[in-house]
Amino acid sequence: MLIKKGAEASLYLEEWHNRKVIMKRRLPKRYRIPELDMTIRSQRTAHEPNIIHKAKEAGVPTPTIFMVDVADANIVMEFVEGKQIKEVLDTVSSEERLRLSRLIGMMIGRLHRHGIIHGDLTTSNMILTPHDKVVFVDFGLSERSEELEPKGVDLHLMKRALHSTHHKHAKECFKAVMKGYAEAVGQEETKKVTAKIREIAKRGRYVAER
Amino acid sequence: MPKNNSADSYCLGIESTADDFGAAVVSFDGKVLSNANDTYMPKEGGIHPREAARHHAEAAEKVLAEAFQKAAIRPQDINLVAFSQGPGLGPCLRTGATAARALASYLDVPLVGVNHCVGHIEIGKLATGATDPVTLYASGGNTIVSAFEAGRYRIFGETLDIAIGNCLDVFARAVGLQQRRGAPFGAVVEELAQEGKQFVSLPYTVKGMDLSFSGLLTAAVQAFQSGQHSLEDVCFSLQEVAFSMLTEVTERALAHTEKPEVLLTGGVAANRRLQSMLAVIAEEHDARFCVVPLRLAADNGAMIAWAGILAYRSGVSTPIEKSYVNVKWRLEDVYAPWVEG
Repeated sequence: MLIKKGAEASLYLEEWHNRKVIMKRRLPKRYRIPELDMTIRSQRTAHEPNIIHKAKEAGVPTPTIFMVDVADANIVMEFVEGKQIKEVLDTVSSEERLRLSRLIGMMIGRLHRHGIIHGDLTTSNMILTPHDKVVFVDFGLSERSEELEPKGVDLHLMKRALHSTHHKHAKECFKAVMKGYAEAVGQEETKKVTAKIREIAKRGRYVAER
Repeated sequence: MPKNNSADSYCLGIESTADDFGAAVVSFDGKVLSNANDTYMPKEGGIHPREAARHHAEAAEKVLAEAFQKAAIRPQDINLVAFSQGPGLGPCLRTGATAARALASYLDVPLVGVNHCVGHIEIGKLATGATDPVTLYASGGNTIVSAFEAGRYRIFGETLDIAIGNCLDVFARAVGLQQRRGAPFGAVVEELAQEGKQFVSLPYTVKGMDLSFSGLLTAAVQAFQSGQHSLEDVCFSLQEVAFSMLTEVTERALAHTEKPEVLLTGGVAANRRLQSMLAVIAEEHDARFCVVPLRLAADNGAMIAWAGILAYRSGVSTPIEKSYVNVKWRLEDVYAPWVEG
């Protein structure tokens, strides 16, 4: 059963060996020429389970991977029970909102400390489980890097996602995210990243000349 | 005083953000009566801001006269003057702003400073009838995916470095192509791309909803300079990669917002390959695909006039002492009370 048709992949909720699983299929995109399409799909399919595993090592909850089929651009993984942060963030108490934001920030910090850039930090890619864990899903655009630049971009995207989807609480939430982030990576690193985020926001502006 | 939605109230719009100087007369009920333009053509290299500003100052009189003449409207019939207040090149913006201020005070009519990006979106909506689209605004200076949420055009993705149009322009110049009047670099690359057959692998850089074109530009220039690929193949591959990136990001915004329309606007909207890619995703998400007509795609005065009318009708005007240009005015900093939503 199709549960989410994303831009990058479609998610199906399936029964697989008596287990409720998510089948992530990177379907061919008609708008892309086949050569480019196949390269993008198989690269992302091979890459994603790898980085999901690294995230677990970093102490960030991610779904369990059951099967990877690169040729078909298909991944079978655990169905994570819970609610998208996107659904809960605006409805919970302000205390809870800040606690969740801080927890999210801490998880992002752990990823970055281990050189993992998520690449698509939005509140629809985080699931709050009944056990009060925030599970990060969709590492389809993630990459490995120890550099400041992609970390800044990652957090810039998170900030952007908060502003576009949760504009009422975006400011306080992002502040809490950075607080949690600092708990994972330390104050000094956080200062550097914060400066980078500012620089990136400026750079995205009107650029007429190189 | 100008009346709302009236066919007998007119706005003069002045655009001077980058290499175009444009002036247009638009009626308050949304009819483009004239849309005059003159483009600065550098002998070599890109836009030199000061040289472009000098061009605008010299062209202003002729372009303004043409705008009034074609519209068959006398300057004293104008009820509102709108100008592009930013973002853009400082010297160019200031030239247009000076003309707008002078005209508004001479004619004793209100002045409205318009955000250039809002202009592109609003003229696209006016021309295509789109009401609440996900917009891909792709031009020489900007690459923005936006949609209206809670009073503003929110940015869902944008370039982290250079704009797509800039990428195509710099590539074309680097490989020795020439632009012609009526056929800018983008059109020249598009022509060559149609002859391309072999796909050359080039870096595809999408970061979440944001894009990066600088690595792609370098790799495309190097692919050609290596002598291993024809110019046609490189143009073809550059277009395929760059436009697939734009389409992926637009599709992600569309999936996220579930808007009913996809609007393509800005100078690069003229590219048929980009149009065809976006048409595919629009269809797959049951959205209507809208593309700004060619005559309104590049920078023009009509889009400034129309955005000015919309702002003015919702109570926004710009007193002369606050009409200084804002070279880094972000789309999402504009409160847009005229949009329903």
